[in-house]
Amino acid sequence: MRFIIVAGTPSSGKTSVMVHTIGHLLENGVSVAACKIDCLETSDDERYRRLNIPVAVGLSDYICPDHFYVANLEEVEHWAKEQEVEVLVLETAGLCHRCAPAVFDCLSICVIDNLIGMETPKKVGPMLSTADIIVITKGDIVSQAEREVFRYKVELVNPQARILDINGLTGQGALKLKNEILNSKQLDTISGKELRYSMPAAVCSYCAGETIIGKSYQMGNVKKVDFGRLD
Amino acid sequence: MIKNISIIGGLDKSGCPEKILRLDITAGEVLAVVGPTGSGKTQLISDIEQYADGETLTGRSILINDRPMAQNSRNYDLRYLVAEVSQNMNFIIDTSIEEFLLMHTQVRAIENPQQTIAEVLSITNELSGEPVLSTDNLTRLSGGQSRALMVADVALISNAPIVLIDEIENAGIDRLKALEILSGKGKVVLVVSHDPTLMLMGKQRIVMKNGGMDKLYQTSLKEKEILQDLLETENQIDYLRNHFRDGKCVEK
Repeated sequence: MRFIIVAGTPSSGKTSVMVHTIGHLLENGVSVAACKIDCLETSDDERYRRLNIPVAVGLSDYICPDHFYVANLEEVEHWAKEQEVEVLVLETAGLCHRCAPAVFDCLSICVIDNLIGMETPKKVGPMLSTADIIVITKGDIVSQAEREVFRYKVELVNPQARILDINGLTGQGALKLKNEILNSKQLDTISGKELRYSMPAAVCSYCAGETIIGKSYQMGNVKKVDFGRLD
Repeated sequence: MIKNISIIGGLDKSGCPEKILRLDITAGEVLAVVGPTGSGKTQLISDIEQYADGETLTGRSILINDRPMAQNSRNYDLRYLVAEVSQNMNFIIDTSIEEFLLMHTQVRAIENPQQTIAEVLSITNELSGEPVLSTDNLTRLSGGQSRALMVADVALISNAPIVLIDEIENAGIDRLKALEILSGKGKVVLVVSHDPTLMLMGKQRIVMKNGGMDKLYQTSLKEKEILQDLLETENQIDYLRNHFRDGKCVEK
């Protein structure tokens, strides 16, 4: 089975891109299952279900969605193997810029859009810099010049990745992503594989449900702003 | 260098072979793509953009200098094959024209940025009805000014060999001159439009129907005469627009 991990900034079009790409895979007779990890609620699973493929949803609820994601990789793989599919698409929540769900030996896709701003690729960090494939969306509504500059800014952060322009609305460009998936390596099992970048560390009292603001309510791994360093 | 692009026909929406089996476009020429909504114009463009090799919905193949993608992928930087200018595109960066153009020239590794930027501005002003300054903010440009700047940038900085013009408005930009500048730079120019003036600006015109290439015309002499009439009418409308905007009236 091929284990495909999809990350990306919020509203960049992760689901739209993958729905078009899975459509092409299905046309080629390749069986696919999709799993969506989200926080409190999601309706992305509905869009995957319309493709008539096995779909699972994992809601992290009060836990950091990326920690939740890592802790469930074996379970998600087990589920997909039960569905006897050739490709598993695991779409992550895509929330904070510290998120970095890429795993060695899994094809890792990061979806970002032309509207997030020229300086944002730098801020997106490991989610972008550790991806094998970067999909850039929403190119149909900005100028050619901005598309080229944005792409360059992305290349600066991740010079190794393959960069694909895909229109999430029409699916234009998704054929190339399908081919990348078909050309990616099979994975025996995700157990024992390694994250390409560590998860954000977070074990403080707020992680455990604290809601009151103030020093005396804070325990555990708490980091404070260093006001001595003025930029 | 790209000398010519060929589209080898595939299948229409009913699965029948396209009537036009092969369409050749030479660098420096303008091809108009026409047909009702849903007739397959976008897919045709999409096939060219993707350098299709029989795998897209239509089964078309695109040849560049008579070679399919498999033989050419090393020769061209496919990232910059097609540049696009459309009515739906806007500048979104909150910065001055000059600063942005400088950024773009750096990205494209252009040797003489200041000179190129000056040329881009001069072409922009040649095309645009309303003057544009290098200090103007990108996001505050009018539709015509934006399109003029996009065309000038594509002509001098983007450097993609194929340019797609997807329906540009006639207000505030000299479209005929825009196409002349682009084709003068040796680009293959594709124009998708529902506007008769733009349609007749092409040397050839491909008519799309039911997803397939249905008819191919060379713009006739008679049609070129009609184009001149249309341009004159547009000039008159332009004149009246400025006349009334400047607070004048027409005597009884």
